[in-house]
Amino acid sequence: MNSHDLRLMANKIRRRDVQAVFEAGAGHIGGEMSVIDLLTALYFDIMSVNPDNPNDPKRDRLVLSKGHTALALYIVLSEKGFIAKDEISTFLKPHSRLNGHPNRTKVPGVETNTGPLGHGLPIAVGMAKAAQMNDEPWRTFVITGDGEMQEGSNWEAIMAASQFKLDNLTLIIDHNRLQQGARLVDTNDVAPLRPKLEAFGWAVEEINGHNMDEICSVLAADKVVKGKPKCIVAHTNKGQGISFMSDDVAWHHKVPNEQQYKQAMAELEEASQ
Amino acid sequence: MNAPLETSSLYDCRDAFVATLEDLAAANESIVAVCNDSVGSSKLAGFREKFPERLINVGIAEQNMVGVAAGLANAGKIPFVCAASPFLTGRALEQIKADIAYSETNVKLVGISSGMAYGELGATHHSIEDFAWIRALPNVPVIAPADRIETASVIKWAAEHQGGCFLRLSRVGVPDLLPENHVFELGCANILRDGSDVTIIANGTLTYRAMMAAAILDKQGISARVINMASVRPIDTQAIVEAAQATGAIITCEEHTIFGGLGSAVAEVVVDESPVPMKRLGVPGIFAPTGSANFLIEEFGMSPSGIADSATKLIMRKK
Ligand SMILES: Cc1ncc(C[n+]2csc(CCOP(=O)(O)OP(=O)(O)O)c2C)c(N)n1
Ligand SMILES: [Mg+2]
Repeated sequence: MNSHDLRLMANKIRRRDVQAVFEAGAGHIGGEMSVIDLLTALYFDIMSVNPDNPNDPKRDRLVLSKGHTALALYIVLSEKGFIAKDEISTFLKPHSRLNGHPNRTKVPGVETNTGPLGHGLPIAVGMAKAAQMNDEPWRTFVITGDGEMQEGSNWEAIMAASQFKLDNLTLIIDHNRLQQGARLVDTNDVAPLRPKLEAFGWAVEEINGHNMDEICSVLAADKVVKGKPKCIVAHTNKGQGISFMSDDVAWHHKVPNEQQYKQAMAELEEASQ
Repeated sequence: MNAPLETSSLYDCRDAFVATLEDLAAANESIVAVCNDSVGSSKLAGFREKFPERLINVGIAEQNMVGVAAGLANAGKIPFVCAASPFLTGRALEQIKADIAYSETNVKLVGISSGMAYGELGATHHSIEDFAWIRALPNVPVIAPADRIETASVIKWAAEHQGGCFLRLSRVGVPDLLPENHVFELGCANILRDGSDVTIIANGTLTYRAMMAAAILDKQGISARVINMASVRPIDTQAIVEAAQATGAIITCEEHTIFGGLGSAVAEVVVDESPVPMKRLGVPGIFAPTGSANFLIEEFGMSPSGIADSATKLIMRKK
């Protein structure tokens, strides 16, 4: 997909996400708006995955470690053909496969069951290590929240990845500066991330996580640095694309009322023109 | 005893928890709250406003949170660690074992939104193993209050108690059950309703459902005793033995897996002291499907009528 089409796809996914949160009366809308451009670029430009063979051993892997934004992943997977598009309307309903955090035993295309923060990166290190041991070319991507980087398990994995020289591993940190209850800077500020990751032996790039050209270019296979795991610090906004949600911690898991819903949809529609 | 159950108003026990904690903290400077980016979900905004210096938010870092609390206790503070129960007990279990149970540290662990309170968010967010995990440890009493009155009393008890404890709270509404002047005592069950044909033992969000089940059974001519067993460890052995002897059958209800929780704790006493037929209701050893807490509780046979049905079946097994 060219970057114009990627932008349209991301916009469509945002609208479906807002609608699903509104209808279900729950979801993590802020972090979903923040991560959708990254997910769209990965699934529609960068990664090699096949909905007809979701467990293809040679597939690229994506671990959505910030599992609370599962809805965004479900919609991406439905657009990609892993699940039916109309299944999104079952989100959070009794016995639905689509609960609030992704489950690989239920939903094709999901690699691992995330939800407790700080699990995805160690698992991604294991995946990348296996590919390295088998001398296979597939890549592993993992997306964490920036608040999530406060979990110590991440830093254990960061050390391991660099020790193992996992240049087939890419960690994307969705750096929206907000966590659940407050800004990172007022809680436990992990920023600046670049020098910390560099000190641990990683190759680090910083991008605007809402600019499709920048995302696609930095994730391209030819940008791999031999012998070093790669960290992309993606500067993003929680609630991106919706004026009254953007950069406001209240929208971590708030649900729009009727009027807010209409306004959000109108803004997203306008952006799609 | 046998007072009519009023279920038109349901209360979130977190409110009683924080109101009590704020009162205690006003009187005792040593009391501090420790949390993991959980000010909102633990309802600590009021505490933060009143005692900004005494709210220690370590960020999303549960192992660190429990370790820090142990250090605070070492220096004479009385930390109330407030966090979503699955992450508090699951992620920091070894810190709880070594730093609190084994080291006999004065840390109060408050598991918020335990059981299946986070319903639709899925099994990662359900805390249906916490009785089993913490009950296996010495020195950490495990307590699940049934209503806001008992919650307030348990928090007062915890602040006085010298040593660690695990208080298991929910966010799902429950009616008032215990009398206004109720005082929690560790290891003491409360008989909420007397009966002679069967005993229903429950705690937390299940106690009022047990009371409603007893009312259904009453209409069928079955006399059910209802015991509120907030204290899972230490457990009230005498109340269990008396119930076994007086009613000859015991059914347990818990918002927890039936492996290792309240039902198991009761069964341990029954087997050792006074064997009678038992039925353990709870999550039957699976990860729950998608659904709200109340939906799942019914799904697993713990609606009032579900409990009553299990009780009638159990009675048929009495000799
Ligand atoms: C181990 C653990 N602790 C706490 C939580 C509760 N929680 C869910 S989302 C969240 C904030 C995450 O912030 P961040 O990683 O920055 O994600 P984003 O801003 O992208 O939503 C918290 C604390 C959790 N899911 N897992
Ligand atoms: Mg964030």
